[in-house]
Amino acid sequence: MKEILSLDHVSYSYESEDGGMRRAVDDVNFTVNDGEWIAIVGHNGSGKSTLAKLMIGLLFPEEGKVKVFLEELNEDNLWEIRSDIGIVFQNPDNQFVGSTVQDDVAFALENNGIPFEEMVPRVHESLAQVNMEGFLDHEPHHLSGGQKQRVAIAGALAMRPRLLILDEATSMLDPQGRDEVIQVVDELKRKTGLTVISITHDLEEVLLADRVIVMNDGKLMLTGKPEEIFAHGDKLESIGLDLPFAARLSRLLRQAGIGIQGEHMTEEELVNELWTSHFNK
Amino acid sequence: MLEKMIFGRYVPGNSFVHRLDPRSKLLFVFLFIIAVFLADNTATYALLLVFTLLVIFIARIRLYFLFNGLKPILFLIIFTLLMHFIFTKEGALLIDWKFLKIYEEGVRQGIYISIRFLVLVLMTTILTLTTSPISITDGMETLLNPLKRIKLPVHELALMMSISLRFIPTLMDETDKILKAQLARGSDLTSGTVKERIRAVVPLLVPLFVSAFKRAEDLAIAMEVRGYRGGEGRTRYRQLDWQLRDTLVIILFLLLVAALIWLRGGN
Ligand SMILES: Nc1ncnc2c1ncn2[C@@H]1O[C@H](COP(=O)(O)OP(=O)(O)OP(=O)(O)O)[C@@H](O)[C@H]1O
Ligand SMILES: [Mg+2]
Repeated sequence: MKEILSLDHVSYSYESEDGGMRRAVDDVNFTVNDGEWIAIVGHNGSGKSTLAKLMIGLLFPEEGKVKVFLEELNEDNLWEIRSDIGIVFQNPDNQFVGSTVQDDVAFALENNGIPFEEMVPRVHESLAQVNMEGFLDHEPHHLSGGQKQRVAIAGALAMRPRLLILDEATSMLDPQGRDEVIQVVDELKRKTGLTVISITHDLEEVLLADRVIVMNDGKLMLTGKPEEIFAHGDKLESIGLDLPFAARLSRLLRQAGIGIQGEHMTEEELVNELWTSHFNK
Repeated sequence: MLEKMIFGRYVPGNSFVHRLDPRSKLLFVFLFIIAVFLADNTATYALLLVFTLLVIFIARIRLYFLFNGLKPILFLIIFTLLMHFIFTKEGALLIDWKFLKIYEEGVRQGIYISIRFLVLVLMTTILTLTTSPISITDGMETLLNPLKRIKLPVHELALMMSISLRFIPTLMDETDKILKAQLARGSDLTSGTVKERIRAVVPLLVPLFVSAFKRAEDLAIAMEVRGYRGGEGRTRYRQLDWQLRDTLVIILFLLLVAALIWLRGGN
């Protein structure tokens, strides 16, 4: 498998208000491979956004190395590497630069000097990928949060990135907007094999991931497949994370002495286990 | 009241004027403002007025909509007119009724100045009514491009303009939200002495500024990660397209100036 991004013993501190240093990311190690979907979870202030900023060169590590596409990120290759990474942030309003949908999608293309003749098809193509092709001339204040976030994704896709980072891109959306965005990203990843790193509080998103990274107080605490992660229910709850409803119910049932087997991530899995459990006795 | 005011507002449409390149419209209005000062007699002022009405007609703007929207400015114009009627005391006496004396020259001056004022306001309103703010910004940027040589940051100014325009509705919504939040906490903005009212505005402005700065910071980061490094080496998605009709507009302007020069002088 080809490596897309790796963090090698990366640490970063912010200057705190009293003049001292505060570790936001502490000795973090992990590798992301081509085509993977990684979810990063953790409590508020656990260093997730700082990680995202380190990946895209908004911050440089104090210790350790950040490698993107096998190159160590530095001042010289920064802009070239950035043009291959798309990133979408939390607040839908604050990342909408253009005055209309199509202007916003073209923003990165303009910055990277893509000629006009090529911009037009790329803008249309990216908007089609997020199901927003009918909104070319819409202004941002006439769009819902979910639509704005999809436009932001289209803006990232227009550069044909190899890696898409979502930093809590769905956390300010209503359930419907969140579903729209998740669905679009899921479809993209299946169709194009795009590598996705999604920083999230949303457990549905975690379930879609190939691998989950759990951050606690700037440190990488756990990593593994979603079902492996949710098997550590106590640990997750002790750092203030909620399990998905089905996983929590499954654990509570087992604690209550009901004889069910294995971990259950979704309600469907749990229901299947429950109605067949009687035959398995 | 504010919704009705159309000075500076854009109303989308598809008339000949709407479809013109913003550069030709900007150039035209700018030059027109200068040309207005060529008028000095009844014929030339009449020509300006007829010309402006013609443009309104071509732009398919309803006169009622236009004048209703410009009411406050029309009051100002009528006020100027009356001031001239009353205070200019030259020429033949036209009306002499008790203490009110209106002279010929007063009427003439009043009408001239009012027409001048009116056509200027109408022309600039037609410009903003038929051109989206972002097109005006684009047009300005291209027209001012030569000034880059004297180190005027044309691209940066245009970008600032377009981002401000883009955030006006966002900040309006926010102001509304904060206002409601403060009202819900019992803050009273509509009564009390001037000093008290000013003090009541502070809890409105502080959160608004805090959030605007937060937005600015987020926006700067979003722009940077999308590769924004200033105007150097940037291409443009919005293309301006100078057509035959734009050249026609400039020719029309030259004809207007020729007519004004031919008609002016003497009474
Ligand atoms: N610009 C900054 N200056 C100083 N301290 C900061 C700055 N940004 C973040 N921090 C601190 O660094 C720590 C990690 O912050 P970070 O934003 O990476 O957390 P996070 O996991 O993204 O949290 P959230 O879920 O709230 O987004 C926090 O304690 C935060 O207070
Ligand atoms: Mg964060």
